[in-house]
Amino acid sequence: MPVTFSSSATKNAAEQFCSRGVSVRIKNVSIAFAGRTVLENFDIEISAGEFVAIVGRSGCGKSTLLRSVVGLETPQSGNITVGNVADSVAKNVTKNGAKNNGKPDIRVMFQDSRLLPWRRILPNVMLGLEAALIPQARKVLAQVGLEERANDWPATLSGGQRQRVALARALVHDPNLLLLDEPLGSLDALTRIEMQQLIEDIWLSRGFTGMLVTHDVAEAISLADRVILIEGGRVALDEVVNIPRPRTRGSVRFAALEERILGRVLQRRPAF
Amino acid sequence: MNQREKSPAEKTKLRASLLAKQSFPWVVPIALLIIWQWASSAGILPSRFLPSPRAVVSSFIQLSASGELWMHVRVSTLRALSGFVIGGGIGLLLGLLTASMYWAEILLDTTIQMVRNIPPLALIPLVILWFGIDESAKLFLVALGVFFPVYINTFHGIRSVDRGLLEMGRTYGLSGWPLYREIILPGALPSILVGVRFSLGLMWVILIVAETISARSGIGYMTMNAREFMQTDVMVVGILLYAILGKLADLLAKGLERYWLRWNPAYQTAQ
Repeated sequence: MPVTFSSSATKNAAEQFCSRGVSVRIKNVSIAFAGRTVLENFDIEISAGEFVAIVGRSGCGKSTLLRSVVGLETPQSGNITVGNVADSVAKNVTKNGAKNNGKPDIRVMFQDSRLLPWRRILPNVMLGLEAALIPQARKVLAQVGLEERANDWPATLSGGQRQRVALARALVHDPNLLLLDEPLGSLDALTRIEMQQLIEDIWLSRGFTGMLVTHDVAEAISLADRVILIEGGRVALDEVVNIPRPRTRGSVRFAALEERILGRVLQRRPAF
Repeated sequence: MNQREKSPAEKTKLRASLLAKQSFPWVVPIALLIIWQWASSAGILPSRFLPSPRAVVSSFIQLSASGELWMHVRVSTLRALSGFVIGGGIGLLLGLLTASMYWAEILLDTTIQMVRNIPPLALIPLVILWFGIDESAKLFLVALGVFFPVYINTFHGIRSVDRGLLEMGRTYGLSGWPLYREIILPGALPSILVGVRFSLGLMWVILIVAETISARSGIGYMTMNAREFMQTDVMVVGILLYAILGKLADLLAKGLERYWLRWNPAYQTAQ
């Protein structure tokens, strides 16, 4: 599929739609830590602009998968291709200005916000950017509803607000691929739902490719086009979510799908 | 902070309680001072051992009026600070180097840890042999003494920078100097400042000893010289000066902490 990498950050949302996203191909990837296999001959393909949720039990390797896409882990074998750029993902991490050399821009949102406590909110959002992009950063901060906190220290924000800043920090780069590593895991239920809506809205307007790792099957279904279940280091289930957006959790189809995926996740639970 | 308006009575009460709170730590020193003065006046404390507070004050006024005191203070402060800058600077640089580069740690850390266990003051005989009782002898001792706390705390600070933040920084394309500026140095700063504070205390201790043993000027020299003539009042002035200068150095370090670590709730001043 044709993928364009635009370095201009000032295009409007309509133009960006469907052009920002990049495809992700993960082929035959095996990762082991200290002899323990986490992922084995793992294969998935994600098309440009798609939002995929990866679910599974703790320690199933879903976070490891995400981390290897951005180059924080190096697979022992196999390869990961983001966009048209093969095997260059790991370099993307350390090279400055990934946008300018034609590589896709990959951003990560971690479970903890990982804001720099010694920088105020706006400088945190500006991390790695030139001062000329301040208006852009303020705009994104407004988009996540925190423009009036630009001059506060991260320590004064709530957990949910900090995650919104982390989201803004990722979005100001206008990423082609956004990786979400259980970003809402430590938030309270109400804040989670708010954040899910925010992420969905922003994804719909920007059209980047999204990979969300989560424990929460309901969250996966409400956000993703596809839910992938990892079990024993392999894809155990790859389910397309055919529910029109905006999705309501109470709907029959939603509940049925949630039931089915949960049932599949719980299947291997040892009897007790 | 939208506090409700307070009535004048409440305000006076608040001010009084604040005053009481602020003056409370001074109750014990002032009481000791009164007892001391009383014991001296009553002849219980002979001035050969300890002069009366009044004698100390008058000797202070005399010494400062003649300009002798300020000359000694200036000389000592200059020595202390230059020694601190040299030793602390080298400690900071080497700490940054060994904490950031594997080969530097392998090459240098063992040596530094060995030298660290030699008390700097144990080197005084050798130092006098090398430098005489020149300025360089004092500078060397102070620099050597302050080097280790700064070095160790810098090393520790950099090694304990949050891995998660480093990882995040790398996914934002930071490496080399930008990574240092944005994440590593600010992350190590609380620990580095602990080292600086510790060093500032040590700086005076070493200087005092060095000056009392071998010097021709400085507060330590003044104090030792006073001993020759049994001027106990001058000796006490010298000792009190060290206390004041030490406190000032500590206040400076605290001020730096307040400013540089203002992002950290643990260092924020209560409003």
